[in-house]
Amino acid sequence: MKGGLSMAQVIFNEERCKGCELCTTVCPVKTVIIQDKYNKRGFRPAGVSDMSKCIACAACARICPDVVITVEK
Amino acid sequence: MTKVFGYPESLTDMPTHYCPGCTHGIIHRLIAEVIDELGIVDKTVGVAPVGCAVLAYNYFTCDMQEAAHGRAPAVATGIKRVIPDGIVFTYQGDGDLASIGCAEIVHAAARGEQITTVFVNNGIYGMTGGQMAPTTLPGDKTSTSPYGRDTVKQGFPIRVSEMLATLDGPAYIARVSVHNVAHIVKAKRAIKKAFEYQVAGKGFTLVEVLSTCPTNWGLTPKESLDKVQREMLPYYPLGEYKDIEAGEKK
Amino acid sequence: MGQRVLMKGNEAIAEAAIKAGCLFFFGYPITPQNELPEYMSRRMPEVGGTFVQAESEVAAINMVYGAAGAGARVMTSSSSPGISLKQEGISYMAGAELPAVIVNIVRGGPGLGSIQPGQGDYFQSVKGGGHGDYKLVVLAPANLQEAVDLVTEAFDIADQYRNPVLILGDGLLGQMMEPVEFRPLPERVLPPKDWATNGLRNHRGHKNVVNSLVLQAVGLEAHNIHLQAKYARIKEAEQKAELLYCDDAEVVVVAYGSTARIAKTAILALREQGHKVGLLRPISLWPFPENAINTLVSTVNTFLCVEMSAGQMVEDVRLVVNGRRPVQFYGRMGGIVPTPEEIATQILESMGVTNHD
Repeated sequence: MKGGLSMAQVIFNEERCKGCELCTTVCPVKTVIIQDKYNKRGFRPAGVSDMSKCIACAACARICPDVVITVEK
Repeated sequence: MTKVFGYPESLTDMPTHYCPGCTHGIIHRLIAEVIDELGIVDKTVGVAPVGCAVLAYNYFTCDMQEAAHGRAPAVATGIKRVIPDGIVFTYQGDGDLASIGCAEIVHAAARGEQITTVFVNNGIYGMTGGQMAPTTLPGDKTSTSPYGRDTVKQGFPIRVSEMLATLDGPAYIARVSVHNVAHIVKAKRAIKKAFEYQVAGKGFTLVEVLSTCPTNWGLTPKESLDKVQREMLPYYPLGEYKDIEAGEKK
Repeated sequence: MGQRVLMKGNEAIAEAAIKAGCLFFFGYPITPQNELPEYMSRRMPEVGGTFVQAESEVAAINMVYGAAGAGARVMTSSSSPGISLKQEGISYMAGAELPAVIVNIVRGGPGLGSIQPGQGDYFQSVKGGGHGDYKLVVLAPANLQEAVDLVTEAFDIADQYRNPVLILGDGLLGQMMEPVEFRPLPERVLPPKDWATNGLRNHRGHKNVVNSLVLQAVGLEAHNIHLQAKYARIKEAEQKAELLYCDDAEVVVVAYGSTARIAKTAILALREQGHKVGLLRPISLWPFPENAINTLVSTVNTFLCVEMSAGQMVEDVRLVVNGRRPVQFYGRMGGIVPTPEEIATQILESMGVTNHD
């Protein structure tokens, strides 16, 4: 990795999300939230409020029952 | 950018029918990750139960067979005897394994069949609407124990891991939980060990996973995970109950 | 080939299966077929096959399901109460279109019944037994050579149509000893088992699923239409019956299995006395030999169905005859085996003549 901090990124496949909120309970930096919109299946998908806070710990991805989240850094 | 966490190849991309927050999804993913890591998807055959996971054959990319209720260990026995080099696993809930299928799991374990069973214990019958299971805790209300499980009239729960660990056939029996991320990581380690033991031909392996049923427990997904930690862990202690590599029973 | 061996029925059936390429047997003890799993337990290791004594007949049929789904030739055997236990598994196999051979050495029933021979499982065998719209090919041998030949053919039929096949024997056949020859049969064209979950997904390039669940009604209807079309093809091609002295017969006895053999003795004796009696012996109970019965309806006066039951196959005879001729019935139950003399008496009564001898 070249110079500086690596950019952690979580990608939410919103159409898979069922809005169960488990990811929001495990984020250590409290940046995973439920969004104020609906996906095609009628659920309010999870997402990230401030990506710069993400540390790519993947806790959200690990607890997600629907493999909504991929994590890169 | 390096991928820290991605979508397992052994899982199909079909969205699951499981309720929001249901731990089946987590457990399916752990199995798929293990199959990926061991590189065995081409020779793996999974056996789906009757229960919420009846459609599990839609979610794994390996060959699958749908078994009659409770009979997955017998079906798995038939498959493994025909393809001894294949990796065969059953995925069963508490009704499937501990009620109607109690004989089949005991005997597959006793015979030391070279199969791996993932036993999803959520103390209730999810698919059929929340009836009492052999693993329902005393006092718990279900649709067939509406006043709370009365041990006088409705008996006591069965501790499957402890029971099967008394047999000489099993090579590895463990009880794990998925109620938080740390335990999810440990659960995956146990599942991986169980599959590795099958790959190495060590004998019958079973991982019991304490799980939730938010819908029929009437709790949110997060509240359900807390119930597992608060109420199920004391009754169903976690640990490795049998490990032939460890030399002695727990 | 050409060598005849004196064998007990249960054992001859087991050996025929092995010679037909069946290397997997899953079963459970029950009288009067115990010699079959016992023989398998000795013989399978000798031929590199697999024998498992399952924890129950239920477990055994599900092991058969798994093994058949993985692409192997596989057999199970039992007797009436144990076959009852297998019904769910058999329905699953029919729904998932899995080939296998199931052997029922029938005993007296209902319930725990007796351990003597009987034919009270006809309905269970041909009308279902298990739930749903399905059929098994049901073959009923009357002697041990035929049992051996039918078992051999059963594996081919099962593979050709992707359907379970039931060999309907009885306690007499299972226990008796006769010389048998294990001989090859005319070859059938068998489709490859490219649907099997055989651990070779990489060779195929796609996954296989063995399943009978179709939750959408439209899909399940389509699947049932497909199954019914298969059964129609089987009805066309697989009817089997033996006709003896039927050309000029006034009375035709309809009987299968051991009962047919006893009836044959009665018929031969009556023929010697000049009576015009014939025997129609169904060998395939499903598909029922409608063609053979229809050829006789115009020439016979009456049919007499003889069974070791309260009367089960007689209903199918009546259905085919459809009122065109009288269909009479004689039966013994509870494991009683009728004698040739009592059958002869019944045949004469059915002609309106009583036997004074």
